[in-house]
Amino acid sequence: MSELNKLTIADARDKLRGGEITSVELTTACLEQVENAEALGAFVHHTPELAMEQAAAADVRIKTGDAPSMCGIPLGIKDLFCTKGVPSQAASGILRGFKPEYESTVTQNLFDAGSVMLGKLNMDEFAMGSSNETSVYGNVVNPWRRGNEDTALTPGGSSGGSASAVAADLCLGATGTDTGGSIRQPAAFVGITGIKPTYGRCSRWGIVAFASSLDQAGPMTKSVRDAAIMLEAMCGHDPKDSTSAELAVPDFEAMLTGDVKGKVIGIPKEYRMDGMPEEIEKLWSEGTAMLKNAGAEIRDISLPHTKYALPAYYVIAPAEASSNLARYDGVRYGHRAKLAQGDGITEMYEKTRAEGFGPEVQRRVMIGTYVLSAGFYDAYYNRARKVRALIKKDFDDVFAEGVDAILTPATPSAAFGLGEMADADPVQMYLNDVFTVTVNLAGLPGISVPAGLDKRGLPLGLQLIGRPWEEGDLLNCAYALEGAAGFVAKPEKWW
Amino acid sequence: MSIDTETAAKVAKLARIRVEEDALPALAQEFNNILGFIEQLNEVDVDGVEPMVSVTPMRLKRREDVVNDGDQQEKVLSNAPDAREGFFAVPKVVE
Repeated sequence: MSELNKLTIADARDKLRGGEITSVELTTACLEQVENAEALGAFVHHTPELAMEQAAAADVRIKTGDAPSMCGIPLGIKDLFCTKGVPSQAASGILRGFKPEYESTVTQNLFDAGSVMLGKLNMDEFAMGSSNETSVYGNVVNPWRRGNEDTALTPGGSSGGSASAVAADLCLGATGTDTGGSIRQPAAFVGITGIKPTYGRCSRWGIVAFASSLDQAGPMTKSVRDAAIMLEAMCGHDPKDSTSAELAVPDFEAMLTGDVKGKVIGIPKEYRMDGMPEEIEKLWSEGTAMLKNAGAEIRDISLPHTKYALPAYYVIAPAEASSNLARYDGVRYGHRAKLAQGDGITEMYEKTRAEGFGPEVQRRVMIGTYVLSAGFYDAYYNRARKVRALIKKDFDDVFAEGVDAILTPATPSAAFGLGEMADADPVQMYLNDVFTVTVNLAGLPGISVPAGLDKRGLPLGLQLIGRPWEEGDLLNCAYALEGAAGFVAKPEKWW
Repeated sequence: MSIDTETAAKVAKLARIRVEEDALPALAQEFNNILGFIEQLNEVDVDGVEPMVSVTPMRLKRREDVVNDGDQQEKVLSNAPDAREGFFAVPKVVE
């Protein structure tokens, strides 16, 4: 059978269990694709030997008949996850050469379920970016193109490598992380599904920290069903993460009935932004109609503090980043600058961090330092945390009034060209996350589902936001939307 | 609210990131743009609102006060840019 790499996780699982294919065959097919896709820049550290070993072990396990769904499934792992003995450098020069002595909980969970790691995936440096242009490894290219143009487009960010790899069928699924939209925005830009679960669902242990109160891991997959399967394997309580939730993980896949009759879907008026492209507006109305036709009740709602989410985020996230990234000092791991005669420890810190961090990371660390500094802490940081409380309350209020899920666009535009934003103010780039960042601030689950193409043939996504801990319900709404939207387009192979 | 090059230099120093003198004006300008964007927060009435600590109301868990790992000196030092005789080595700190 050819083109095994194009299978969904669900189909591959069924074929593996049915003995139609082996994980070794599946993994070999993916590794071939990975090798021939250097032009995408998605995979940055290749682990073919490990992959073949894991695949062989998975095949043995599948034969015994009690293998979990993810057993034998080849995945790409975002470089933000620490993987034992395999380079893990958050796409940063400051972690060059770092090989963790431990495994992140999420990747360990996936490996315990029998998953196969093909390699590590490119991303924005320390997950700070929306276009995958801040990586020390270089840009990731979106497998999609605008019509017949050969302009290289961004896959979005920060999980750009994960998005590109899944959309190009280099792997069956990939891990991503999402601090302000880093799973959902790239998923929308490449026409795949990406879910950020409720804060606390996935353990953050062993994931290089950006903004600890916002960071969550999640799967990026070819379908909603795959997202349900992979998320279930990734999450679960972990004593090593003090914010990890002590809640049972439901069988998310079993909750995919496609029945949304009587569900209340909120349409927030504040997400109708000035200057929003007509196509996005149209897609949103179409998505609304689809859910309505499926029997859901559509309700206009208001989330009055939406406008303040991005500014609050750009205080809180840099503040937490400046604290988290203080550990990169050239002492315990990664890069240390060459010192001049007479340089002391302060020069070592300053030179190491100037050389090791890229410009966007330096900018955010310094903004964070500023908003936390004496005299500004109350004016910026505490005020932002108060606004965050109000943003969360907006959601609490609509959920209390019976709203089950909220439908919004995933991004304010389709994928843009690499380099197109190079001269723009950093704030312009930040606007990419305008629809997704509220969800991180409120700690809610959010999923991006591909729902259509723009007039140039680029994918567009819709976002559904769910109640805390109700990923199962959210996935089911997404499943209904996916079924109605019937998005099946794939990028034409040029790489 | 405006950040001058002197403030930018101070912030860089606090963040322990070396910024060359000639890069400071551009950096100050970038800070001003970003802070200008953040200023919007002043429009919000936050009287009586508690600053959020955690999205899920919870008490931080405490672990048992027992030794649960250790004796991993080699592993701890394996990624160090400069490790000697079982220690991290750094430039002279105390004169």
